[in-house]
Amino acid sequence: MSGAAVLDVQDLDVVYDTASGPARAVNRVSFALRPCQRLGLIGESGSGKTTMGTALMRLTRAPGRIAGGRILLDGADILTLSPRELRATRLRDIALIPQGAMSALNPVMRLRAQMVDAILAHEPGRSKVELDARISELLTRVGLDPVVADRYPHELSGGMKQRAVMAIATSLSPKVIVADEPTSALDVVVQRQVMQTLGRLQAGLGAAVVLIGHDMGLIAQFADTVGVMYAGRLVEIGPVAAMIEAPRHPYTQLLIDSLPGIDVKRRLTGIPGLPPPLVTLPDGCPFAPRCPLAHDRCRSELPSPQTVAPEHRVACHLYPEHESLPPFRAAEATA
Amino acid sequence: MTAPLVELRGVKQVYGGFTALDTLTLSVPDRAATLAIAGESGSGKTTLARILLGFIEPTQGEVRYRGKDIATMTKAERFEFRREVQPIFQDPFDVFNPFYRIDHVLEMPLFRFGLARTKAEARPLIEDALERVGLRKQDTLGRFPHELSGGQRQRIMVARAVLLRPRLIVADEPVSMVDASLRATILDEIRDLNRNLGIAFVYITHDLTTAFQICDDIVVLYQGKVAEAGAVERVIGAPKHPYSQLLVSSIPLPDLSRRWGDEGMEVPAEQSDRRSDGCRFAPRCPHVMAKCWSVDPARSLADPDRAVACHLDTDGAPLSGEDIAQVFTEGDANEAATHA
Repeated sequence: MSGAAVLDVQDLDVVYDTASGPARAVNRVSFALRPCQRLGLIGESGSGKTTMGTALMRLTRAPGRIAGGRILLDGADILTLSPRELRATRLRDIALIPQGAMSALNPVMRLRAQMVDAILAHEPGRSKVELDARISELLTRVGLDPVVADRYPHELSGGMKQRAVMAIATSLSPKVIVADEPTSALDVVVQRQVMQTLGRLQAGLGAAVVLIGHDMGLIAQFADTVGVMYAGRLVEIGPVAAMIEAPRHPYTQLLIDSLPGIDVKRRLTGIPGLPPPLVTLPDGCPFAPRCPLAHDRCRSELPSPQTVAPEHRVACHLYPEHESLPPFRAAEATA
Repeated sequence: MTAPLVELRGVKQVYGGFTALDTLTLSVPDRAATLAIAGESGSGKTTLARILLGFIEPTQGEVRYRGKDIATMTKAERFEFRREVQPIFQDPFDVFNPFYRIDHVLEMPLFRFGLARTKAEARPLIEDALERVGLRKQDTLGRFPHELSGGQRQRIMVARAVLLRPRLIVADEPVSMVDASLRATILDEIRDLNRNLGIAFVYITHDLTTAFQICDDIVVLYQGKVAEAGAVERVIGAPKHPYSQLLVSSIPLPDLSRRWGDEGMEVPAEQSDRRSDGCRFAPRCPHVMAKCWSVDPARSLADPDRAVACHLDTDGAPLSGEDIAQVFTEGDANEAATHA
């Protein structure tokens, strides 16, 4: 599988140097994506998901640093590229749709100028006629009227700004798109439209997508593969159907249980307790203090990721002894 | 019959030339009701919250609290209203003064409303309120706001509201800034306050799933007007207004049998430039008819416990402003009759 992978992340470590010691925000994370694959990366605040997305672009800034591992993009490790090679790679091969499109656009430049900047940085010497045609095509592709090219960001609605950012991010047909909570500030109807647009773009380009978010519902609507992060670790990754209908990690199940549906009224249950501080991680499994199924081994020995089904890996001591996740009640969890 | 807890009669709010709320008539019965006000940005839901809290006086119309017009309340009545109707705001990062410890945030309102005179008197009340929202005193008292997590801060705001033994809590997007798991916990605690202490709440949100879970009734606002109102099982479970249908179909559910797919939507997500003199939703409506552009649909009672403002719903009996205010109470009366 790694032979066909367009993005292959191996044992990635990202550390924030803090006054109380290094905080391991991304902790030996590995996964691979084929072209056209849609990975949804989910986790609570502080689980390392945004740090992960930033690291994939090699945009990690002090006090954060990439402390180890490899990020292979089409076989080449972006962590060893020269600054010049890295600039050429970003946008052309891997592009980021950041959180909060409002702050991603330059407020004093018309959209056209910002789009031209991005294209010319990679493909200098394009004529004005070529650029205009390209910009019209890019805007149309994300569902915007080409006339918005001559507007300033403040003249656009939130959904239009998010689309404009998507048009810039995909202007050079990247092979991998990293989208970090692209719809977090949008109304539900606009959110649905923007996600559908992202889906069409992805399919048209044949790109792989890493969608980062904390809403399992949104991830399930979009992704074909779901990865769950907890305290910097990828604790489970697998096909979306298996992850929703038969997750293996107790944390994944609790995340799903905390989502309110609209079919039956029931008590809303969150996950008791808080994630551990990343500076002083507990021995053993980082989820053990909150896990309703934790046993002695979980508190002393860190579980390694193991394959439980095709393309389905989980880091939990319940396996391989158990065939599936044993039933439990969230109320039994200790805070 | 006792007067409703809160009653809005023909309330209109105009900012400059923009009408944020348009002749809204609505009532919250005085029986520990749980009412959701749902809509997108620009629907007028935050304006409605500010009017319910008495923060702004509407341009037109009246707001009655337990039968009294809040604009003409005496100073003493106004003081009581301020204690009985408590807000919880959206952003747990903005509402605290960073220079005061949590103790001060919780003591001040007790002193202000004369529920405690000394710190010693305040202490047990504060500890009880903290416990009700799932906080431990050793984790919170004596600390500064920046030492608490976003979830803890938001629960402090809930505790602060509960301390004053209110009749009504108006919560404007109280959990939009916290994670899904914590969201569930905090909303469950608010629902518990309603069950155990009989506090009514108005939950203002754009999130229909949480509205469905914690509220009995819902009002869907579109551009300052009621599109649909009634029991959540009706309005969210089987929406009739095309706008409610659009909202419900856009909920991201973790259900693979209800995936959106990538095809475009049949309706524009955002307001187009074309203005309608009739139904405000006409420019986005997939079922728009000629008369929608010129005639504003009257609300009608589609079911015993649901009202809809749409020309498609011609079977329902038209409702007057007075009638619509009674939808929730009458719905319950019918329910009670069936149970009896």
